This record gives sequence, structure tokens and C-alpha cells, in this order.
Amino acid sequence: MKEIEVTLTVNKRVHTVNVAPRMTLVDCLRDILRLTGTHVGCEHGVCGACSVMFDGEPVRSCLMFAVQAEGHEITTVEGLVGEDGEISDLQDSFWECHAMQCGYCTPGMLISSHALLMENPSPDDHDIREAISGNLCRCTGYQQIVEAVKMAAERRQEGL
Amino acid sequence: MKAATFDYVRPASVDEVCRLLADAGEMERKIIAGGQTLVPLMAMRMSRPDMLIDINDVNGLSEIEDKGDHLVIGGCTRQRALERSEIISKRLPLLAKAIRKVGHIQTRNRGTIGGSIVHGDPTAEISMAALALEASVLLRSVSEEKEVPLDGFFEAAMVTNIEPDQILTEVRIPVWEGASIGTGFYETASRESDYAIVSAMAQIELAADGTIVKAAVSAGGVAPCPLKLRGVELALKGSKPAELSSALDGLDEEIDPDTDVHATAGYRSRVARRLITRAIEDAVSEAKNERD
Repeated sequence: MKEIEVTLTVNKRVHTVNVAPRMTLVDCLRDILRLTGTHVGCEHGVCGACSVMFDGEPVRSCLMFAVQAEGHEITTVEGLVGEDGEISDLQDSFWECHAMQCGYCTPGMLISSHALLMENPSPDDHDIREAISGNLCRCTGYQQIVEAVKMAAERRQEGL
Repeated sequence: MKAATFDYVRPASVDEVCRLLADAGEMERKIIAGGQTLVPLMAMRMSRPDMLIDINDVNGLSEIEDKGDHLVIGGCTRQRALERSEIISKRLPLLAKAIRKVGHIQTRNRGTIGGSIVHGDPTAEISMAALALEASVLLRSVSEEKEVPLDGFFEAAMVTNIEPDQILTEVRIPVWEGASIGTGFYETASRESDYAIVSAMAQIELAADGTIVKAAVSAGGVAPCPLKLRGVELALKGSKPAELSSALDGLDEEIDPDTDVHATAGYRSRVARRLITRAIEDAVSEAKNERD
């Protein structure tokens, strides 16, 4: 099948790639752009591990084809780190609350909670659970993840 | 879990989309909008189109317009846009109430109203609300454009009456203008935002004396397609809210639940009865509050 040239912006860098139409966005990010922070789990839109920001909104990158990203802007988990290369306050809260065990769901969890905090700086438990309801975690029982998001929100409120 | 190979085109106009569909011949050409139902089907190889026609760059397919007695919603309007729309929350309270339960934020950011309706998932909240309110869809092909009521559009689970050469361009949903209108919506799922096992919604209009003058009731997960409960609606009309319980007397004849891995038919019947009752009760009490 003929490959198609696609120009997309990922983590503020413009890339031009050649992809077969059937290549999903997550495979393009991982296999061509070598951004393996975004995980690929179920490949049919159930687990949320492949979540990325697409034009500023969280989406599942296994449910999009890379050709559809032409001209669009994507932020992956790699793009959450600060200019100085340090992990973000949200990632730091995940670390502190031990909001991961195997880490498979973590990039998706981070993207979903990052999107939540952009829209709602002081979410309650229900808001957080709703925001991460599209992300499966088989280790933590979700509790520490909820705590981590809350911690990040509180720290931002306090200006820490 | 990789889709089979296909060709990809991204036309800029509805005319071009229609032409591509009309020229398909023996090939299967499918429209992709949000892709939130289609891409999983393709990943599981349950759908293997030869060509995907991406309509995300087609202008004019994602507007929400208030036409007075109805809203016109472009087929490619994102579910997230419906959720954030002031027009929807003011004019279509039932859809506004249900929209947050459609998939997850990540899927609502891509998924569209038209995509949800044409796929015909048995518990899709958008289809249930649109069907309850007697909405219609505008289907266009090279040769014609026609308005088709949703009543009769849902054929079976994941099967709807749209022809392979047609594109859904608009959804037209009637707006109720009465002074005293309320809505109710309930669903049960394994976890929040999961596929509903059973869902129920109601929109009720009360007269000044408290009589029910208009009733729209629908249920999901109790038949192969979303169901408008005309018997229940008929029984409600003209009755007082105190007589609610008898309105569901004929419910079992209207629904046709199936047993699957998620729940038995008996469970679905029992839960449906409770959820429909609660949805109607909520709608009535909301309508009373509107009036007072």
C-alpha cells in the first residue's frame, strides 16, 4: 500500500514522516519517531495507555491513523517535562505517592490527569476518577493515582 | 490488532465525499469521522474497508444551529463540543444530561454525533436521546438528499438504515418549548463511563395543573437497538404524576432483552423497570421545579 507523507508537530517539534494509511498514530510515535513513552496496550481503544494530547485535548492514539495527524499538534508524555528536562510537578506527585507499580498505564494516566488539571485546577475525587475512567491500571487499585493528582492540584493551588 | 490495508483520502467537500462513495463499485468505501467505533472494528478485522474517506476536513459539518423548533447539528460535531455547548444545555437538556456518559473524555474528543448514530450501538446514549425526541437525520448521496426519521433507522445491533453511498450530514432534533419541562437519565455499567448494561431516559412536560402533556421515554440495552417506549409514553400522557406506577404496566411487551456476558435478560428487565421509573420521576420533579 502506498505510503503517504505526513507533517505533524510532536512536543513542539515538526516532523515529516512517510506512513502507510493503516499505521496508527501510536505506532508512528513509537516506531518512527522513537517516542516510546506512549505505551500501546489493547490497540482497540479500551485501556487508555496510548493517550496523547491532540490539539490540546486528550485522545487515544490507537484510535487514530497517523495520516489523520497531518497539520496537527501532539503532546506525548515526553512533552510533559519542563524546559530544563526535569519531570513535571504532576509526575513528581506520581513518584511521591507511588502512583504506579508496573508503569504500563502511567503515560496514559499522566496525560489524562494533565488534561484534567488544565481544565479544572481543583478537582475533587469524583472529578479525578471520571478523568481517569478511560485508563485501566491493573496494579495500584487507582487510589494512589487519585492521591497523586490531588497532591499535584493542591501544590499548584499553594503555588509550590 | 492492526487494521487491514486500505487507501486513504481526505476530501474537502460533501460533494466530493458523495462522488467517492458513488464510484465505489465493488469496493467497500467507508467514511471516517471520529473513528471511535470504526477503528476498533477495523483493528479487530470485523471491518475491512478498501478505502477510508476522512471527513474531518470537510467544512460545515460541525455546526450547531438553533432553528427555533429544532436544532440542527452537523454530523461531524464532536461529542465533546456537544458537552461544552450552551445551546445544547439550554435547548436539549436530555442530550446534555446524557452526553457525559458517552464513552470517556478521550473518546468524546474525537467521537462525533453522526458516527454514534450511524453505527447504532444498542446502548448509545446519543441515539437514545435523539430517538426519544423524535429526531431525524439528513442523508446525502450523489443523486439525492433526504430527511429520514430515526424511528425505524436502527435495524439491529450495529446495523442502521444508511446506504453505502450515503453520508449523514445533519441531525435534526426537535426542541420542546413548554414552560415546565424536566428530564431524567439513568444507566448502570460495570464502571463509570463503561458501556451501559441498561440505560433509561425521559423528558416530560407538565401542564399548569400538573398533568403530563408530553412524554418522551427511551431505553437502551433492552433490545438489539435503542428503543423508544411508545406504550409507556402513551400511558403517561394525560395522567397525573401520582399515577406513574401504572404507566409501566405494558413495559414487558415493549422490551426484548437478551442474555449476554454482561447480564441476563431477566436482570435487564428488572433493572430497566427501575431505571425507567427513576428517569420519569426525575423528569417530573424537575418539570415541577421549573414551573414553581
